[in-house]
Order: sequence, then C-alpha cells, then structure tokens
Amino acid sequence: MRTRKLSLSGILFFAAIVVYVGNVLGILFTEILTSVSKGWYNGPLPPKLTPEWYSYIAAEHDIANLLLVTFVVAITVVVLAILISFPAAYVLSRTEFRGKGLLLSLFLLPMIVPPMTYGLPLAMVLYKFHLAARITGVILANLVPIVPFVILILMPFIEQVGENLESAAKMLGARRFTIFRKVLVPLTVPGILTAGILSVVRTISMFELTFLVAGGRSQTIIVALYADAYAAGARPPQAVDALAVIYFCITMVCLIIALRFVSPTQMVFKIK
Amino acid sequence: MTRGLRGGSVLLLLPAILFVVLLFVYPFAYGLLLSFTTEHGGLTLKNYVAFFGDPWELRTIWVTLKLAVPATILNVGLAIPLAYYMRHGGRGEKVITFFLILPMTLGTVLVAEGMLNYMGAAGWLNQLLLALGVARQPVQFTHNSLGVLLSLIIQGLPFAFLMILGYVSGINPDLEKASQMLGASKWQTFLRIMFPLMAPGIAICFCLVFVMEFSVFPTAVLLGQPSGPTRVISLAAYQWAFEKFDFHISSAITMTMAVIELVVISVVLGGRNRLQRSASMVGGKG
Repeated sequence: MRTRKLSLSGILFFAAIVVYVGNVLGILFTEILTSVSKGWYNGPLPPKLTPEWYSYIAAEHDIANLLLVTFVVAITVVVLAILISFPAAYVLSRTEFRGKGLLLSLFLLPMIVPPMTYGLPLAMVLYKFHLAARITGVILANLVPIVPFVILILMPFIEQVGENLESAAKMLGARRFTIFRKVLVPLTVPGILTAGILSVVRTISMFELTFLVAGGRSQTIIVALYADAYAAGARPPQAVDALAVIYFCITMVCLIIALRFVSPTQMVFKIK
Repeated sequence: MTRGLRGGSVLLLLPAILFVVLLFVYPFAYGLLLSFTTEHGGLTLKNYVAFFGDPWELRTIWVTLKLAVPATILNVGLAIPLAYYMRHGGRGEKVITFFLILPMTLGTVLVAEGMLNYMGAAGWLNQLLLALGVARQPVQFTHNSLGVLLSLIIQGLPFAFLMILGYVSGINPDLEKASQMLGASKWQTFLRIMFPLMAPGIAICFCLVFVMEFSVFPTAVLLGQPSGPTRVISLAAYQWAFEKFDFHISSAITMTMAVIELVVISVVLGGRNRLQRSASMVGGKG
C-alpha cells in the first residue's frame, strides 16, 4: 500500500506546478487589470479603474470587422477542412495501398514543420497569384496545418465504425454517397465535432500564417494585437491590453466549449 | 481492410492530395527555386552567399540556437519528471492540465504582451521579488534574451509535458509492478525499465519542441531586442521578404532554416531508432 503523503517528489512536483500556474495567472491578471486601470505605475493594485480603454480601442480599430473576419476565417477553415479531410481519412483508414506510408508522412509534415518555415514561401505563392492580402488567402494559408490535423483526428473515429455496417448498406443497394451520408457521417459525429472545435481554437490563435498573408481588412484579432504591441507607444498600453483581453475572452470561450468534448491531451501532437 | 486503391478511392483522396501538393509542396519547391535564382532568372548561389557571407545575417543562426537549445533542454528536462510523476493520474489532474493548455491556446502574442506588464520593472513579479528580498533592485526580465527564453518555457513546457504524459501513460503499468515485485527500487525501476521505454517518445518530443522553438518569431520581436541580440533567423527571413522585398534572399534564409530543422529531426530520430532497439532487447530478455 502506498499512501502518497508528503514525499519529496510530490513536494517538488507541486512546487513546480504552483510556480508555473502562479506565473501564468500573474500574466493574465496583470493583463486584465491593466486594461481597466488608470495611472497604475507602481504598487500592487491600480489606484483607479476605468472602462475607457475599451471604448478607445473600439474606436481605433474596426472591432466589428476584426471579429467578423476572425469568425468567418475560423468557420470557413473548419468546414473546408472537414470536407477535404473526411473522404481522405476514410480511404486512409479503410484501404491499404502502395505509398500509403509516404502519403501519411506527407500529410504529417505540415504539422511538424513550424508555420514560420512554410508560411513564407506559401505567402510568396499566394502573393504571386494575387490571393494574399485578402480573406481568401488567409483561409487558404490556415487550411495548411488544419487539414492534416483533421485527417489524423478523424482516422481512429472512422476505424471504429464496423465495416460490416457499410457492407450491409451496400447490399441493401446504397451507393457510396448514400453510405457516407446515412451511415458514416452520423456515426462519426463525435469525431467531426472534436476535429471541428479543436480546429476553431487553433485557427483563432494561429498568428504566423495569418500575419504573413493578411492585409489591413483581412487580419484577425491576434494579428491586430501583434501590430499594436509591436508599435508600442503608438497607442496607450492599456488600450493594447484591452484588445488583448477581448481576444483572451474569445479564446477562453472556445477553449471551454472544446474541453466539454475533448481531453486536453488531444490538443497536442500525439506520438505514435 | 486490404482492398487496394480503386478508382473511387482515388477520387476521395484527390482533394486532400491536391491540397497538400498545391499549398505545401509547391510553395516549398517555389521557395527553393527562388533561393537559387535572381530577378533576371538563371541559377545562382548569390542569395546563399548574401546570407552566409554577411556576419550580421549569419549570426541569426547562433542567436536562434542560443535560444532554442536551452529552451528545448529545459522544457524536455522539466517535462520528464513532471509527466512521470503524473503517469497514474492523481489529484488535480484536470485542473493542472487546464492551466497547462491555457498558455498554449492563448498563443505567443497574448502571453508576450502579458509578460511585458507582469515581468516589467514595476510588474507584480518584480514587486514580489523585492518584497521577498530575493532581489535588491528590479530584475530586467523583458527586452532581452531572458524574456524570450522565459516565454519559450511558458509556451513550450505544457507542450512537452502533455506529449510525454501521453506517451508514459501508454506504457503497460504491469511492467512497473513486475519490476517492483522483483525488488527494484523506485529509482531503479525508472532508470532500468521506464526510462528506456520512454526514450523514443522523449526523442520525438525533443525534436518537435526544438523545431518549434527554432522558428520563434513574435516573442523574439515583442519580448527581446529584435534589432540585434534576439534577431532570430525567422525575423531575418521575414525582413528580407516584407521590408526589403527581396523574395530571393528571404527564400535562401527560409530554406536554410528548413534544412537545419530537418537535420535535427533526422539526427534525433536516428538516435531514437538505436534506443528503441536496445529497449526492445531489454523487453525481450525480461
């Protein structure tokens, strides 16, 4: 019997976690407090609270447009990614063929290679075809890491659906499209939801790719936030923090929804 | 299951293949071509000479390595004991994982912006350090390499932790029990049984974290000194493309970056195969 009382390893573990979580909370709370503070130059708490930075940043940025672009990009990317990935995931989980391993590694590469590395040549290609600096380009660029991600999430879900169900449908005269619509898709709804919500979270927080291809009217919140933080001094720092808090709230809502469907370990790359 | 690839299946795979070829393979090929040509066409090494021949540009490789290597070692080194401790789950697992994925989900830009306040001269962290008497005067955490390194740890540690945790919790717990029943101490169990089994996972984790850290961009700009001490390689590639509008030199830098990343991946994965062989030998004798 092991009663995990105060073992040394336990103390070290919780000390490490407390230091980490403490700093993360410190970062987030400073951010939130600064965005509603006035004249906070020293001391543990701001002397005066004010909502003015939020109206200031709303007037400076076209907030409605920023939000619209962010959501349109996220939703379009997810829908397109599922449409592209589902049939591919189906074939990859049901069929053995020559070059399958090679194809799988090709799909894996955009997930391993960091966005900054493939993002620059991708941006150049999108500029060459006049697709960049507009929302189409932002959507195309964001699809690159999301499609492989969705394929990898969907494959185990499709494998779980028994093949005899499909054979039964086929024997009853269903064509392939009908099998997809009536058998496979309804049975893999949990997988589609998992893939969808995780992709929304990823797309909203994807900075590098959006930054490289977006123009003024096609940038998402995170890119606007970077631009403001980069041009420190152009705007009051509290106003930049207000924008950061708006972004924070959106991501948090998506994350909390996501965690109702998936376990946190699904959010990182799985080692096979 | 084994049915071979028929016409219908090819059609179903086609959108995904087209997608990866057009938006991933083609841009890379295009970038490679740009890096070996000039505006007037014709194959040349000029762009690579411009990068490798200029100490100011070449330096970015060392600057980036000096950030990425310590960050990777620290992240993986800290993640191994933490994940090992959590391998059977335990109290507060959900809360802990929630706080770990939080900074990952929020993204580098938000964390960098928050760190500027929190770790600034008058921020909470310095107030705490001064109050505790750990520091005599405010420590400079931001606008230097330390700030970038700290942000790489805040972002990278959860990634390494969750990845190794996923791997450790997949190891058959009976092996550990057997080792303890045969009289091995906890430390021996870790060193002789669990660590060799974890090694392949750690190797993959190491190279993924390194590659991620090596491409650091927004934090190096926001938290570091992008004009010099933290002018990382991806910033150099970006500046050539979008500030000096020379896509050719920018592509040469990007391809150099890609080669370094691929070399690290293959070296670590090569070592991993050797480790895996010895691990399976251990398993075979048991």
